[in-house]
Amino acid sequence: MPTPESKPLELHFDEAAETTQRTPVTASAGRMLTRRQLLVFAGLGVLLIGAIALFLTWDVNGHWDFALPRRTEQIVALTIVGIAIAASTVVFHTLTANRILTPSIMGFDALYVLVATALVFLLGSATVAQINPLVMFALNTVLMMGAATALYRWILGDGQRGLYTLILVGVVAGTFFSSLTNFMFRTMDPNEFDSLMSTLFASFNAIDTTLLWIGGALLLVGVVAIFRLAPQLDVLSLGRERAITLGLDYHRTVTWLLLVVALLVSVSTALVGPITFLGLLVANLAYQLTRTHRHVINLATAALVAVVALIAGQAILEHVLDHNGTLGSIINVVGGLYFIGLLLKEARS
Amino acid sequence: MITIDSLTKAYDTTTVVDHVSLQLPDAGVTSLIGPNGAGKSTLLSMVSRILGADAGSVSVEGLDVFHAPSKDVAKKLSILRQDAHTTARITVQELVEFGRYPHSRGRLTPECRAAVAEALQYCDLVELADRPIHQLSGGQRQRAYVAMVLAQDTRYVLLDEPLNNLDMVHATGLMQLLRRLADEKGKSIVLVLHDVNYASVYSDRIIAMRHGAVVHDGPPETVITEHALGEVYDMEFSVHTLNGDRIAAYFR
Repeated sequence: MPTPESKPLELHFDEAAETTQRTPVTASAGRMLTRRQLLVFAGLGVLLIGAIALFLTWDVNGHWDFALPRRTEQIVALTIVGIAIAASTVVFHTLTANRILTPSIMGFDALYVLVATALVFLLGSATVAQINPLVMFALNTVLMMGAATALYRWILGDGQRGLYTLILVGVVAGTFFSSLTNFMFRTMDPNEFDSLMSTLFASFNAIDTTLLWIGGALLLVGVVAIFRLAPQLDVLSLGRERAITLGLDYHRTVTWLLLVVALLVSVSTALVGPITFLGLLVANLAYQLTRTHRHVINLATAALVAVVALIAGQAILEHVLDHNGTLGSIINVVGGLYFIGLLLKEARS
Repeated sequence: MITIDSLTKAYDTTTVVDHVSLQLPDAGVTSLIGPNGAGKSTLLSMVSRILGADAGSVSVEGLDVFHAPSKDVAKKLSILRQDAHTTARITVQELVEFGRYPHSRGRLTPECRAAVAEALQYCDLVELADRPIHQLSGGQRQRAYVAMVLAQDTRYVLLDEPLNNLDMVHATGLMQLLRRLADEKGKSIVLVLHDVNYASVYSDRIIAMRHGAVVHDGPPETVITEHALGEVYDMEFSVHTLNGDRIAAYFR
């Protein structure tokens, strides 16, 4: 049971920690990093290098020419996925003004899978097989971006709907998309289902290199867009009304940001399938580490945490668990527990 | 000058603001009073383009607030609403720096830093500059938001019930600050007030609303009267003159 005294005590501790950490920053140099943030970046950098080294060299047994290129490819894929998920979640948190939602919880990736399935269902796998996988991916991504932006633009509305309406609609929409997808799965020819499965979820163990390049390129586009919009994101974190008061073109900015989120979700879902809770986990860890509202710093930290977690997780999966399970299921167990913890904390405050 | 032309807002069948036409001056303190549901806050929200109007128009020095680029409007007009929750972890200094966004788009110029420093000084926040806003008391936080609006440096400053949740020490302090802004910096302060006596003591002009329409409009001498207040609030007032101020009593 939380005692009434626990809250002020914690605040007091926070305050003491922050004043000492802020000392190196003078009032006029607000754009600099605090010592705390420098430490976070340095620590995560070391962890990243360690994770990469571990991943590349664990249990190679002398088969370097086989292991290295394959493992490098995996690292690139994990990096792309990590950055895409982290960035899309941080942006989504600011758009919805809360930190317990992710694009996945709101059904973004379910929508991606639905669009992919519907394409195979309607066109037939024979037709789909003839289409260049890149064209297929592009078509899927564009359709998904259009649908997601239209739908979530409408759900977010003019910012007057409460958080719970948002969660409710999002969860219902996500379930609806999954059910539609399942329905199509069941009525599909088994061969078509098989080919759909193999194109839909390229796993970390069998990465589609062509998809990797286009995914990397799209990620770059998304990341550049987000960093250009970072000042607007900072203003948005003050809430819709203050953002408008400060001269932000709210509708346009939100629409652009939703498009970017949809793009990033497409990239990560195309590469590894839905990973529901990873974004939630890494974004909230990043907020706790950086203690700032500045998106440039939070985005970079969340991306670093995500990449480290994915690479280390995959290494453990392959060598400790001996491939018994998937990275997705491990993430969902850890992330699910964290999500429940966040909900409980939110309910108490 | 802010020109409001037959502004209307309705929710379902209830008309909250009903064809209001007004001109707000380019200096001084103007108070909006009236019972709950009279449409004061809704009017202010529309004037500041946070809320869309069903009909009518608002222009600030010739700029149509609903259609002009938002960043241009933000250089002329700012609004402070009741403290909406922000999850962002942010210090007083950083909050006040946001006030410069319309001018700098996130990159502070030396001019911006000067404006921020002045706003902090003016609102007596220099010592609190590095404190996170969620650790401040209600009065301090309100002052921080006022400082942000001040750093935005707009001619027109709108405030929606700024005295809510403030004790009388902080309420009077804030009203004195707003009065000083109008007198020393020539700003036009427009605020929604529930306490008619604060309106009486600090305003140059009082606009009284009821059922979405303006029913009285003028200096305190003409609006803070037993007859006019009785009409606006539908209850009995007795108005006394104390040290030159018109004070309304309505406690019995």
